[in-house]
Amino acid sequence: MTASSIQVRLFARARELAGSDTISVHAVDEMTVAWLRTAIAEQYPVLKSLSGQLLIAVDNAYAGEEQPLNAEQEIACFPPVSGG
Amino acid sequence: MPDSIAIVEESIDYAALTEQVRSNACGAVVLFMGTVREMTHGKQTVALDYEAYPEMAYKTMQQLIDEARAQWEVHSIGIEHRVGHLTLGEISVAIAVSSAHRSEAFEAGRFLIDRLKEIVPIWKKENWSDGTTEWEHPGISAE
Repeated sequence: MTASSIQVRLFARARELAGSDTISVHAVDEMTVAWLRTAIAEQYPVLKSLSGQLLIAVDNAYAGEEQPLNAEQEIACFPPVSGG
Repeated sequence: MPDSIAIVEESIDYAALTEQVRSNACGAVVLFMGTVREMTHGKQTVALDYEAYPEMAYKTMQQLIDEARAQWEVHSIGIEHRVGHLTLGEISVAIAVSSAHRSEAFEAGRFLIDRLKEIVPIWKKENWSDGTTEWEHPGISAE
């Protein structure tokens, strides 16, 4: 069974643009990182300016484009890092 | 002495971090301190705001320590990064590395700060002297 939505944590400029530290994305049966990237841009147009540059992490590790997703994972989305 | 990783909101005690990696087995201790700088490409900074994704940042910092240990014979590594609002001259990150001989500590320290800036999910926002703010996201230009 597929949950109806997945929660995505946001950071830095993505968080500020969305006005929230978490967004909810409508889920589909077979989700991948590449799908999520498109879904975020469609469902949150305010993030569209960043969409090609957003990094996606699944369970605290950077994820590749074809990696499958499910609603039980911790999913985060953020622009390139700049600490130090 | 085990390695240590910390993300903190208060001032970094770099002396304590440095002392923590010292050992009689080590002839070398190297400390790197990232410090809030006033001028960047002709623009004046008054403060920086740092934000972290802590759970993932701890994990990726541990990954960097593992990568450094795979390449160099180091004794101990301590990494401490500050988050929140930092004003000029304050220390944003400190990395202390000890080793028997100096080259390993220098090389591992350089590697750790360079890789930290590439993969550890921590971000900084400039507070410029003209009152504007700007996230620093490499590869993304300001709108």
